[in-house]
Amino acid sequence: MPPQTDTKNQSAATMQPAGAAPVRSRYFYKILAIVYKDITAELRTKEMLSAMFVFSLLVIFIFNFTFDLRTDNAATLAPGVLWVAIAFAGMLGLGRSFIVERDRGSLEGLLLAPVDRSAIYFGKFLGNVIFISVVEVGILPLFIVFFNQPLAVVPALVGVVVLGTIGFAGVGTLFSAMVVHTRARDVLLPILLFPVVVPVLLSAVRLTAGILDALPLEDIQSWLGLLITFDVIFLAASFILFEYIVEE
Amino acid sequence: MIKVIKLVKAFGSRVVLRNIDIDIAPGDFVTLLGVNGAGKTTLMSIIATLGRPTAGTVLIGGMDTAQHAAHIRRYIGLVSHKTLLYDDLSGEQNLQFYARMYDVPDSKARINEVLHQVGLWGRQKDPVRTYSRGMQQRLAIARAILHNPPILLLDEPDTGLDQNAASMLGDLLAAVGMNRRTVLMTTHNLERGVSLGKRVLVLDKGKIVRDAAGNTVTAAELKSTYFSQQG
Repeated sequence: MPPQTDTKNQSAATMQPAGAAPVRSRYFYKILAIVYKDITAELRTKEMLSAMFVFSLLVIFIFNFTFDLRTDNAATLAPGVLWVAIAFAGMLGLGRSFIVERDRGSLEGLLLAPVDRSAIYFGKFLGNVIFISVVEVGILPLFIVFFNQPLAVVPALVGVVVLGTIGFAGVGTLFSAMVVHTRARDVLLPILLFPVVVPVLLSAVRLTAGILDALPLEDIQSWLGLLITFDVIFLAASFILFEYIVEE
Repeated sequence: MIKVIKLVKAFGSRVVLRNIDIDIAPGDFVTLLGVNGAGKTTLMSIIATLGRPTAGTVLIGGMDTAQHAAHIRRYIGLVSHKTLLYDDLSGEQNLQFYARMYDVPDSKARINEVLHQVGLWGRQKDPVRTYSRGMQQRLAIARAILHNPPILLLDEPDTGLDQNAASMLGDLLAAVGMNRRTVLMTTHNLERGVSLGKRVLVLDKGKIVRDAAGNTVTAAELKSTYFSQQG
């Protein structure tokens, strides 16, 4: 079919393009658009999710068979194994979050969008949280089975995993954007991220251990407070810093 | 429409743009020529609000890009040598995503319209990675005009296109209503630059060294300037 001339919007040469709505409007709609785009692209290839899932599975398998796990010591090692699996698998996903955009040349297109840059951050962050959560949904049942944990711990465990994932993905998304223009970005991301994310991982491991040991809430609430505090700090800092980080 | 005032851009100690002054009127088609490393892409990037100037001001429709970047982006469409598209998504999904990001009203009809304009109707459901380079660039043009921006920035849009696809670029740009937009285009193709541009600028070592009306210069004349820069 031959190309058609643009007949609908004859005012194109003015500063009144079609759909001129206030920039701040539909902020959340644009966050969801980015999340939807990332999920659609991932579902088409499933490259990242399958890699993350297989990797986390391998970590749990290897730890399960490497250590001499008996009922009395399983609870000691289990929290660490769970969070190593989540952190390492999450790193794979975070590493690809912005690098894929840059390698495929779509990062500029995203940055050109008429939206506050923080919307791009939150879109990417939510996408990462969803991808890591999908992997967690797959490995948590295996974790319960391999480490002989009662089903009663699942609700509290899910709560801690959600809080830990928010903190990890929150700062991880920021660092993923930070290293995207560097040459050694694949190596640089874990080197930069893990020292910063220690408070989140440490408190998540302690909380997981407390839940598996059936400790009362009072005994672990300081760790819960620390985890929530770091989640808030990391998200707030990322919200403020992201615009400067993606600046050329 | 586009006003660049005393623009300086430096990366560390390396100064890429030196006191650039450009004033582009609404509806103008300006071609920016220059050898590799002259600063064309850096200048385009700053006008597109993707980079910040070290000194100086860029005004788009009277608005300072340093203060109103997010708002100004609504009025700009960028076609670069990179397609800015997602290979794993279909052509239609790419346009749907950008339609959401730009708040394009009645997006379904608009997407259909631009797909027809760039001649990709019928291939819109296919993943972009299955498109030829020429088709990807046509989709990139569809993406850039989707929100009907009054300003179109074309940064070497013919890079990577074969002779046939590159020669069709002018026709394609005319079909998408280029003559009703303010256009700034960089290219290495002097003939195309002179034939399309109402005005021709030559950038050399970060400075505008030539500013002439398109009908007063020839590609042959510019070629001598151009090759002397390269040499």
